[in-house]
Amino acid sequence: MTTPNTQTSPALLKPVKPVGIVGYGAYVPRYRIPAKEIARVWTGKTSGLPIKEKAVPGLDEDVITMSIEAARNAMLRAQIDPAEIRAVWVGSESHPYAVKPTSTIVAEAIGAVPSTQGADFEFACKAGTEAMVAAMGMVGSGMGHYALAIGMDTAQGKPGDALEYTAAAGGGAYILGPAEESLAVINSAYSYVTDTPDFWRREYQKYPEHGMRFTGEPAYFKHITEAATRMMEASGTTAKDYKWAVFHQPNTKFPQKVAGQLGFSLEQITPGLLVTVIGNTYAGAAMVGLTATLDIAQPGDRILCVSFGSGAGSDAFDILVTDKITARQSLATKTQEYIARRTEIDYATYARYRGKITMK
Amino acid sequence: MEIPRHWRLKKQRYGLVGEVCPHCDHKIFPPRDVCPNCGDEAKEQFAFSGKGEVYSYTTVYEAPAGFDANAPYTVAIVKLEEGPMLTAQLTDLNEQPISIGMPVEMVTRKMRNDGDERGVIVYGYKFRPRMAVA
Repeated sequence: MTTPNTQTSPALLKPVKPVGIVGYGAYVPRYRIPAKEIARVWTGKTSGLPIKEKAVPGLDEDVITMSIEAARNAMLRAQIDPAEIRAVWVGSESHPYAVKPTSTIVAEAIGAVPSTQGADFEFACKAGTEAMVAAMGMVGSGMGHYALAIGMDTAQGKPGDALEYTAAAGGGAYILGPAEESLAVINSAYSYVTDTPDFWRREYQKYPEHGMRFTGEPAYFKHITEAATRMMEASGTTAKDYKWAVFHQPNTKFPQKVAGQLGFSLEQITPGLLVTVIGNTYAGAAMVGLTATLDIAQPGDRILCVSFGSGAGSDAFDILVTDKITARQSLATKTQEYIARRTEIDYATYARYRGKITMK
Repeated sequence: MEIPRHWRLKKQRYGLVGEVCPHCDHKIFPPRDVCPNCGDEAKEQFAFSGKGEVYSYTTVYEAPAGFDANAPYTVAIVKLEEGPMLTAQLTDLNEQPISIGMPVEMVTRKMRNDGDERGVIVYGYKFRPRMAVA
């Protein structure tokens, strides 16, 4: 007896009932540390830095408070009864508790309790999009009318490490529901996952480790190009069929390079390319990039969104914007408005805000 | 350890949920089951918009135990659009000057740890300068 090799003929993830985005919301904290300020402390370099600056959470912020604000923005755009949300799933690698769900606190704060699923997802930087695929299944099967998927992080880099320049805070929240109520229909998703040890953090360790250059070709580029290519092949599309594209963005160079490899222009990725000014928001990165793209999208625009999470995998989404988007874009704070709300801090303030100073 | 109290107050702290009096429509915060306006029973929940303005304020430099990690911080009496006044921390101020009448909006933030870093994290309402749209 032979087992069919499904890996060579990828089936798109398509729910039984068509699903879409009913509401979306972003959050980016207001503090920024320029990459030059980090370099001033550690290397003295003034050029060749991976981004311009990154977003830093305030002393009273964490993944829970940031998820609540993004979820409230999504609720403002969705205009639904929170009691109808049947799942609250938060993807992050910086959940405030090791044991106790982020999701229950978020669900309580937005009024989605008690008849709801609640879980925290982990898959490095694609934990949020993994939650989105699960939400597609929840709504698409008819088990629930709405499901909330959030990708949010307050990422930490080891002081002086290459990751410290980019590890940032922010993310996005998406309420998925029936396609006919949606501001953007998700035509399908496709996920590409392998065991690739490019980046990890062991239990009880504060900072992650990474495989240096190994994080590039076999990890980021391999998984994003495979996910995007297989999805477009199965959908019968090319880069030209999409108005916009969003790729996971650990630095400025990687998403620009992978876009070029897949045939996308710089213009197509510009609205969603936020890493230069907010940093790598890990599980939030592709999702907050998509919020910024939806903020400027027009009815009929088609969007390709591909995340990447170390360990490793990519989720690709084929999204079609509907005419409902126009009335909902202005119902909540736009992503660029959060980015414009900017307070620059120095390394000492950053070290205090991020708990890098040991007090006892 | 004050877990039961944090748990009991979570709705008002996370989402600014108070009450509305069914007899005189007075909006009540914090919820207290007896309307301070007409004295009748009031048990119907009411979620406040979170919009308000600074009625008065002061800055705390010597913070009480549990709040010292965030000092200095500013505390304000905020007059909510729906009427009630409450005391809350202001956040995300940067060096922005605060003034009486300044429009503010509610955000849910980390207040403190219950005890030390091994205890539960207490979340609650703070107010920040109002952003353009939301």
